[in-house]
Amino acid sequence: MHELSIAMGIVKIAEDEKAKVKENTITKIELEIGELAGIEIDSLNFVWESAVKGTALENSKKEITIIPGKAICADCNTEFFLENIYDSCPKCNSNFKGIIQGKELRVKALEVI
Amino acid sequence: MCGTCGCGSETNGPTILKPGEQPHQHSHEHTHDGVHFHSHENDTHNHEHSHTHKVLEIEQDILQNNQVLAARNRGYFEAKNILALNLVSSPGSGKTAILERTLVDLKDEIPFYVIEGDQQTLNDANRIDALNTPVIQINTGKGCHLESDMVYNAVKKLSIKDNTVLMIENVGNLVCPSMFDLGESKRVVIISVTEGEDKPIKYPDMFFTSDVCIINKIDLLPYINISIKKLKDYALQVNPKLQFFEVSATKGDGMEQWYNWLKKNMVKS
Repeated sequence: MHELSIAMGIVKIAEDEKAKVKENTITKIELEIGELAGIEIDSLNFVWESAVKGTALENSKKEITIIPGKAICADCNTEFFLENIYDSCPKCNSNFKGIIQGKELRVKALEVI
Repeated sequence: MCGTCGCGSETNGPTILKPGEQPHQHSHEHTHDGVHFHSHENDTHNHEHSHTHKVLEIEQDILQNNQVLAARNRGYFEAKNILALNLVSSPGSGKTAILERTLVDLKDEIPFYVIEGDQQTLNDANRIDALNTPVIQINTGKGCHLESDMVYNAVKKLSIKDNTVLMIENVGNLVCPSMFDLGESKRVVIISVTEGEDKPIKYPDMFFTSDVCIINKIDLLPYINISIKKLKDYALQVNPKLQFFEVSATKGDGMEQWYNWLKKNMVKS
C-alpha cells in the first residue's frame, strides 16, 4: 500500500504551497497520474480520506487526470501506446523501448480561496 | 511521519537500530490534536479580499522529496566509491540467505556494510551481526518499503569507509519498493524458483526498474514444475537489459558468477 505514502506526499506538497500563499482554504487539488506510474487509483481513493483527515486537503475536491502510457521503440522508432510496461512494439515486436509518457505522478494545480 | 495514519507521531514511524540497541519508548496515547488545521467557521474577523478562486499551478512531482534525498545518497556513494545495492524481492525469496552466503565467502576480499529493512524485529540484523559485518536495521513499522531518507539516516549511523560495498536489503515486497529510489548504484531483484515463472509480468514494475535478477533456490528445481527459460523470457519481456544469475544460496551453486559480478562492479562504480 504505497498509495498511503503517495497520499501523504500529496498532502505535504499542498500544505507547503498553502503556507506559501497564505490562503485559507484549498478548494480543489488537481493530480496527474500516469497509467504506468505504479499507482492504483482505487487504492489511492481508498486511503485518501484517512490521509487528508485533519489536513489542508480535508475538504478539498480531488481531480485526477489519467495520462496514458506511451513509448518509442528503440529498434524501429515507432511511437505506440501501451497498457502494460511490458507491452512490446506493435510493429516489430521488440521489447527495447523508451517510455515517453505515463510515468507521471504530479500535483498539477491547487485551487485556493 | 506516521506510516499508518499520517499523524506526525514518531510512534509508528521507522526506527533505525544497531543490533543490541534498545528502541526509544514512546507512549502509545498519541492524539491527532497536534497537527489538525482549524476550520474558519468560528472566525470573527472579516475577510477583506474577494472570495474568487485562485489557481496555483504547482506541477510538482509527488515523489520529489524521495528523489532529492536519493540523489544526495547517490552522490555520497559515488564520492566514496561505495557500490550500493538495493536488494528487492517477495518475502522469503532468500535475500538474507544470499547476503549471508556472500558475506561469509567474500569477507576477506570485500569490506561489506548492510542495511536491513523489515517491518518488525531485529532478526535479520542479528543474522548479519553474527558474521561480524557492520549492520543497521530499519524497522518501517507499517511501512511497506524503504525510502531514501531512512537510508540517509541509516548510512549516517554506519560511518561507511571508502571503496566498500553497501547491501541494502529492502522490505520483502514485490510491489511498493519499486517506486522508491534509494540512491543505489544497482537494483538487484531476487526471485526463487518456487514463486512461479510468470511473476515478472505479474509484478512488472520491480523487474522493469532492476539491473540484475538473481534466480534463487535452483537446488529445488528437480521437485517443482517450472521452466527457468520461461521465467527469463517473461523477465526479459519486461526488461530486456536484465542480467541473470542462477544460484542456490544454501548449497552455493552459481554463487561464483554473482561474486565475479560484484568484484567487477566494485572496481569501477
